[in-house]
This record gives sequence, structure tokens and C-alpha cells, in this order.
Amino acid sequence: MSLRKWLVSSMQVLLLGAMAAVASPAPATEAAAQGSTIVMAKDFMFAPTSLTVAAGSTVTWTNRDDEPHSVVSENGLFRSGALDTNESFSFRFEKPGTYRYTCSIHPRMVGTIVVH
Amino acid sequence: MSDPTSLKGTPRNSGGPVTRRGALKCLAFGGAGTLFALAGGVFTPIDLAVAASDRKRSASLGKPLFVQISDTHIGFNKEANPDVSGTLNRSIDIVNALPEQPALIIHTGDITHLSKPAEFDAAQQLFSRLRTTEIHTVPGEHDTTDPTVTEYFNRFGKASGNKGYYSFDHAGVHFVALINVLQFKPGGLGTLGPEQLAWLADDLKGRSASTPIVVFAHMPLWTIYEPWGWGTADAPQLMEQLRRFGSVTVLNGHIHQIVQKVEGNVTFHTARSTAYPQPIAGEGAGPGPLKVSAEQLPGMLGVTSVTVVKHPRGLRLNDTTIA
Repeated sequence: MSLRKWLVSSMQVLLLGAMAAVASPAPATEAAAQGSTIVMAKDFMFAPTSLTVAAGSTVTWTNRDDEPHSVVSENGLFRSGALDTNESFSFRFEKPGTYRYTCSIHPRMVGTIVVH
Repeated sequence: MSDPTSLKGTPRNSGGPVTRRGALKCLAFGGAGTLFALAGGVFTPIDLAVAASDRKRSASLGKPLFVQISDTHIGFNKEANPDVSGTLNRSIDIVNALPEQPALIIHTGDITHLSKPAEFDAAQQLFSRLRTTEIHTVPGEHDTTDPTVTEYFNRFGKASGNKGYYSFDHAGVHFVALINVLQFKPGGLGTLGPEQLAWLADDLKGRSASTPIVVFAHMPLWTIYEPWGWGTADAPQLMEQLRRFGSVTVLNGHIHQIVQKVEGNVTFHTARSTAYPQPIAGEGAGPGPLKVSAEQLPGMLGVTSVTVVKHPRGLRLNDTTIA
């Protein structure tokens, strides 16, 4: 599936993807093969706030808000620039762990990626 | 709530030359500003229209020291204001038309919307129209989103050695520029950090308590609304250092509206944006652009000018809209 198709996908697809990722190792691997799991920044929230993926998965954040947002990991592992409306940022998680991140423009926005 | 009418296309936003007489007329008829005399920590409001239209009276109010411009957000192009360059130009026209030019311009951050090189370049091009050429800046969080935070420092970092904080003196007033947008704690407020606070303690050491102090930073240096991050976590440590001074003026931007308070000898004031307004604290989902009608918008954008008054020694703030 192309990245663009993922970008126009709805919130429901996002949640299904997230659920599939936590359901069992097999769908999680499948999600990794598809190349992306999306977390959207909208209305000053990352949705879902917490996402679990398999090691090797690429997570893509897409900004659906009128305001620019960014994705900055707490431990310095990844950092996007400012994402304007409909812009995206992707990062591939290689190692298991819990990765907390925030929006540097609106630091009250926080999220977590759990990689297993 | 949202109004499809945009500012673009209204005759008052044509970007054409504004004469001094015209700008003064705008000041007089806009009537949205209020002039504040700061005397011993107490504000005395003075009618802005009188101050702007009567030169004799205006002269007696004190010498213009500087004008604060804030939150220009060059690069923003959404419905709340599709022409932020146009509204900045109108703000500049008003500054250029002041009877006496201020010595300095202070920009309290969010020069750009997305920290892009082209946005910084466009902003600098627009600022070059100011008759007052000395500009002092601090960055906002919109100016520091590039992963290496180099775009801002490449252009404005010289004064601070790329640290973002610095001080200087002008006309007997000590100015302190602080940066509170680099060390966010997730979910928290802006942060100054121990290194910057230690630098400030050293900077203020030995200065007479009668020296008027102007402190400026992007995010408010007092907590206006914590759920939206409208404050600075370690600002109380800053205030502890400023307490002994007889006249302290704290100027911020970030919230795109005027909020002010006086606490002892310290006057806190946030400036309007020249780009777009934001909602009052807690109204709506979050602190995003507030969409208002084309007629309302100019009355919600503007600049703050500050004059020195000798008797009693202090500073006076004067907010002007571009309406």
C-alpha cells in the first residue's frame, strides 16, 4: 500500500491497525510489512496516545490539525521538523522498548510508542 | 464560530502606502488601544486617541523607547488570516508613522510559522521596512522546530552566542532577553533552565535597584493558563532575582492577546500578534488560530510601544491595533 493511501485513510483504519498490532505477533509483523502504522496529531492530541507495534515497524504521524505539530522523542532518538497540515513524518522502530514523545510546539501533547 | 470571510480582498488590506496622517487617523479612530503610565508599579490609563492625535500631549508622555512586535508567524496562510505579510506591513506602517521613532524594536518570537528558511528570509525582508533599524529578538517555539535549531540562530543568534539569552543597556534601562522554548518538559510549561538562571544572577549582580529592567521572552513568564502551557515552569526563580528592582517590565508574546498584571514593582504584559488572534484561555479545544470576521480581525492585531517617563522614573506601555 502506498504511503499516500495511508495518509488519506481514516481514524478507523488507524485504530484497526493499532488493534491488529497488539492482537498477536503475526498481524504485527504484517503491519510491519505494510510499512506504516499511523498516529495522527489532531485537536492537540496524538491519537492513539499510546501505540504498540512490533520491532521493525515504521510509525507515521500525519498532522490533521490547522496548527503545525512536531514529533520529538524524549530520549533524542527521533525528531521531526514542524509538520504543517497534512504533512507526515515516519520513523522505523528497530529495538523493543517504550518510547515517549511530545510536540515541541505544544508540549502538553504527549504520546508513547511501545515496541515489542 | 468560523467565518468564511477572509481578510484578503478587503480594501483596508490592499498593502498600499499608508500616510502618517492616515495612520494617526487609524490610531485615533481605532480607539482599541489604551495607554498605560507606570508610576511606582501602578498603572494609570490614558486615552490612546488623545495621545496619538495631540503631539504636545504626546511629547509630554515621554520619549519613545521601543516598540514590541510579536508573533508575526510569517508562513501562516490559513483561514484565520491568509495574508500575515499584509497585516505585518500595516503594523510596520503604524510604527513608522509614530511622531518620534523608537530607538529599538523588540520582537518577542514566533517570527515564522514553521522555522523554514524562506519564512525567515521573508520576515527579515519585511522588517527591513522599519525606520528603526535596531531589532532585538527572542525565538518562539515556532522558530525552533528544525531538528538542529539552526535557522533562527544563523540569523539572530549573534547577540547571544547562539544561546538565545543576552542582555544590553539602552537609555539607562537594562534589557534582558530570555529563551523559554527550548527545554520543554512533556506536558509541561516552558523552561528557562538552571544555566540561564545562573547567567542572569551574574548579569544582575551589582546593578542598582533603581535601574529600570525590561525582561522579554516568548512564552509568558507567569502562569496564565497551565492546561495550555501558557506559562514558564521555573519563572518563580526568575521573579526572585527581579524582586529587588524598583521598576521591572516583563514582556511576552505567545498567546496572541493582551493579558497583564502588576505585582509589586513588576508589570507583566503580553502583546497582540500581528498575524492572528487566539482564543481566551480555556475556550475551545486548544490554543489554535481564532477565526474571526474580516471586520473584527484588524482590531485584534497590533503592536505595543513603550516610552520612558522621568517623573516618576518608569516605563509606560501603549497598545495599538492596526484597525
